[in-house]
Amino acid sequence: MNVALDLFLSFFKIGLFAVGGGPATLPYLMDLTRTRPWYTMEELANMVAISESTPGPIGLNMATYAGYQAMGPLGGFFATMGLVFPSVIIIIIVAKFLANFSKNPYVQAAFSGIRPAVTGLIAASVLSIIKVSLFTTDFKPIWGAIAVAAIVFPLLQVKKLKKLHPVVWFIAGAAIGVIFKL
Amino acid sequence: MKRFKILWQLYWAFLRIGGLTFGGGLAMLPMLKYELVEKKGWITEEELIDCYAIGQCTPGIIAINTATFVGYKSAGILGGIFSTLGMVTPSLVIITAIATCLEKFMYNEWLQHALAGIRGVVCALMVNTVYSLGKKSLKNLFGWILCLAVFAVCVMTNIPTVVMVIVSAVIGILIHVFRTKKEANKA
Repeated sequence: MNVALDLFLSFFKIGLFAVGGGPATLPYLMDLTRTRPWYTMEELANMVAISESTPGPIGLNMATYAGYQAMGPLGGFFATMGLVFPSVIIIIIVAKFLANFSKNPYVQAAFSGIRPAVTGLIAASVLSIIKVSLFTTDFKPIWGAIAVAAIVFPLLQVKKLKKLHPVVWFIAGAAIGVIFKL
Repeated sequence: MKRFKILWQLYWAFLRIGGLTFGGGLAMLPMLKYELVEKKGWITEEELIDCYAIGQCTPGIIAINTATFVGYKSAGILGGIFSTLGMVTPSLVIITAIATCLEKFMYNEWLQHALAGIRGVVCALMVNTVYSLGKKSLKNLFGWILCLAVFAVCVMTNIPTVVMVIVSAVIGILIHVFRTKKEANKA
């Protein structure tokens, strides 16, 4: 199939089924590493870092990046358009016909199932990202990166540091990486 | 002509919002409130909150859902489309520029070291995302069981994500139906 069309349709599907905003697209982006030759798990981890540290919604940034990896700037365009297309249609229908959509008991019941499931899905994606980020392809630990993660995570729980922009952490991580030649 | 002006204003407002907020849909709330409610008066604060509620329980990126909803309320279907295009523009431009630069330097030794450090940070931030998501979404035993079951299935098999989301929605609805029946029987 034509790559542009394939990108548009793949991201259309993500836009249609990713419930819970940007991070909820992550499990789908990971599905694509298995089914399409567009990017690897390592590249996905880089995409996450860049999408979190640039302005704009994370989901959109990741889609643009993934599309770019697949077929350059136009790929980014097709992936992003595919991602937002279902939203535009669904929201217009909901806004026009379903005034109390979010208060409908069946919608709420469906979400009482979807929300915990999405948490599980994202947790599984994060585990895969950890696997490629902190271990080499033959499963040897990369101690430097593990140390960075082990230091940053507790710091993120400190109240004063919580509000820091992710880009601050990325810059610190990059500096440590360069200084210690990780 | 007046309509065209509104569409342009919507495009421009959402372009600014998309280009100036970091951290995704939820981080945009204060910015949206300032631009749309206080400055332009296109929607009321209650409508904005509703819109967030709807944005969170419809599929897709929350920021896009909000943009479409606000645009639609202000200027119909075209308004929804122009707002969404505005929101999309900064991501397309910025990410394409960064990806192009990175591609050129990808095999640079220094960049590789920097990326190794950054990936350590990504892991910490992602674990933190899951942690705060879990605090919000896992409020009862049922939630925990479903979450752990989905996690286990996801790690051990290659079942597509779509299937798991649909199945979990059906489970949620079935439990609701079951509970209401039980209550009806009691009464």
